[in-house]
Amino acid sequence: MLSIKNLQASVDDKQILKGLNLEVKAGEVHAIMGPNGSGKSTLASVLAGREAYEVDGGEVLLEGKDLLELSPEDRAREGLFLAFQYPVEIPGVSNINFLKTAVNEIRAYKGLPPMEAKEFLKRVKEKQQLVEFDAKLANRSLNEGFSGGEKKRNEIFQLAMLEPKLSILDETDSGLDIDALRIVANGVNQLRSKENAFIVITHYQRLLEYIVPDYVHVLYKGRIVKSGTKELALELEEKGYDWLKENIDAEETV
Amino acid sequence: MITQISSSLYQQLIDVYSDGLISRSEPEQIAAMRKEAFIRFKETGFPTLKMEDWKYTNLQPLINQSYSLADNVPGKTVDLEKAAIDGLDTYRVVLVNGQYRPDLSDTIAVSGLSIHAIDQVLEHQLLLKHLGQYADKADNPLVALNTAFFESGLFIHVDKNVVLAKSIHLIHVTSTKEPLFYQTRNLFVLDAGAEAEIIESFITDGDGVGLSNTVSEIVLEENAHLQHYYLQTAMEQSHYLNHTEIQQAKHSLYNNYNCSFPGAKFIRNNIHVRLNDSSVESHLYGITLTAGRQFVDNHTIVDHRMPYCESYEWYKNITQDASVAVFNGKIYVREDAQKTNAFQQNNNLLMSDQSAVYTKPQLEIFADDVKCSHGCTMGQFDDDALFYLQARGIGEASARVLLVHAFAFDVTEKFDNMHIRAYVDRLIEKGLVVG
Repeated sequence: MLSIKNLQASVDDKQILKGLNLEVKAGEVHAIMGPNGSGKSTLASVLAGREAYEVDGGEVLLEGKDLLELSPEDRAREGLFLAFQYPVEIPGVSNINFLKTAVNEIRAYKGLPPMEAKEFLKRVKEKQQLVEFDAKLANRSLNEGFSGGEKKRNEIFQLAMLEPKLSILDETDSGLDIDALRIVANGVNQLRSKENAFIVITHYQRLLEYIVPDYVHVLYKGRIVKSGTKELALELEEKGYDWLKENIDAEETV
Repeated sequence: MITQISSSLYQQLIDVYSDGLISRSEPEQIAAMRKEAFIRFKETGFPTLKMEDWKYTNLQPLINQSYSLADNVPGKTVDLEKAAIDGLDTYRVVLVNGQYRPDLSDTIAVSGLSIHAIDQVLEHQLLLKHLGQYADKADNPLVALNTAFFESGLFIHVDKNVVLAKSIHLIHVTSTKEPLFYQTRNLFVLDAGAEAEIIESFITDGDGVGLSNTVSEIVLEENAHLQHYYLQTAMEQSHYLNHTEIQQAKHSLYNNYNCSFPGAKFIRNNIHVRLNDSSVESHLYGITLTAGRQFVDNHTIVDHRMPYCESYEWYKNITQDASVAVFNGKIYVREDAQKTNAFQQNNNLLMSDQSAVYTKPQLEIFADDVKCSHGCTMGQFDDDALFYLQARGIGEASARVLLVHAFAFDVTEKFDNMHIRAYVDRLIEKGLVVG
């Protein structure tokens, strides 16, 4: 589904991603872990098409389509979804209107007519329950005055509504208490299917107890330095990142 | 003073007057008022940048040329399509270059509503009572100029307790081939308990440069309600100087919705509300979207003179390209105006690096038991919000529209008339510069 080859990217002339490779197949959940500053969020931003990030080399294909050639909106329309680490508050834009616009713009891209109001509302109701998202929040301004947990739940609610092929959860666990974390993870688990895939970016192993990944990758200095199964996450939790860092740093000096 | 004298419009006007070229048969009171106003204007001349209220508003390029002082083609046909508001059923009243045009207007046979060309009814007792009694007391040389020279305009009178079923839609058309300076004088009087909605659209039909100097005096008697919309959609070659002076009696309500869109190169609005009695309510809303090299200046005064009144003012500016917006909001709370509740807010969204906003909230409070608040924000377009919307599949152009609507929302949601609200939302969408 997603194929990243030798991806290099920089911000303000500082190279962050230094040749990253990753293959994600439909039905899989990949966790990307790594110490602060390793490039985890940069990867998420580059994939979603944030303007400040400059791609210096490599390629990214989503179901064979060159993602890096597309505008952020077209990436979303092709089935990419980024759950933001810091969802933006937009006063004056109602949550529901925003979702309706998003759903219909994606449908228009696929040559489909706008969704019937009745069907849309039915879907809203259904998906709200999935992430235990308060119906009152849906009618408020987008993320305005939401708590950290409400914002993250709103991200997963949007994910559920838009039904993307590939979802990237960027530190979705940050700022969540254990109950909110469970709800968010539960929502994601119910959305997992053979047709879609997830990349879960996280600093801690905690989230992976709830969203169990098929593969775990460690990102360090802009490259994936170690890959394994879910046990790798446990190992990291136990030993910290230092043992890996030492190995890599030692290799580099050689 | 040197620049004043040399400015050609000024000289033109002084010459016309001094040569006795204007011969009118008017009531003595009006003639005297005009004479006095002429002397005032002759002394001060056009406002200059040295005057605090005109600091950012340079009239020189406008008045430094000569104009035709009368419409050379009166009675011409004009295209009114640009003023059409979907779904709105109104009494249509058309003025071309300030002249009331019954042939283009609806025939209005509504008991309790009278609409006349002002120059036809100068002897009307309400005109003798109100005309020049309010605007001319404000410190604006352009009012004196208007009083001295105006030839046309409208007198609208709504009788006691009459509630109009439809809105009155005034369509002001500037239509000229050669540069034209024209002055319109309006007086709207709502008797006790009367309720009306007046929508004023400003449009252009024709390529010539137009400079309009309009003064409107509005009198709301006890418990009268007026919803008043300004919809500025004229084209680049049109320039506007507007002065509106509102007098409010006890329990009256005045709502002004002042909307300007890309087009007219130069707009200066003075809107002064005088709360002359207790328990008066006044709301001033403004939405200004500018583009190109446009200049839009809104100067408002809310003058609390008596106790237990409430005023609420919210202006939003959105500037694009190299345009400039000015907001100046004065609130006076006079000594007698105890228990006043006054609110003012001005928010600005700068969409480009070259655009500018000058804003000045000004509160002068002389009473001690009042509630007054004001706030002002200046911000740039939020690229993070734009990216967030794009990341959900919303195209950049739609996302921009969504965000600007959201910015304007606090003001547009206050619109009493849903058709106008939809119309304004569409004009915002249309007025956004792509890219």
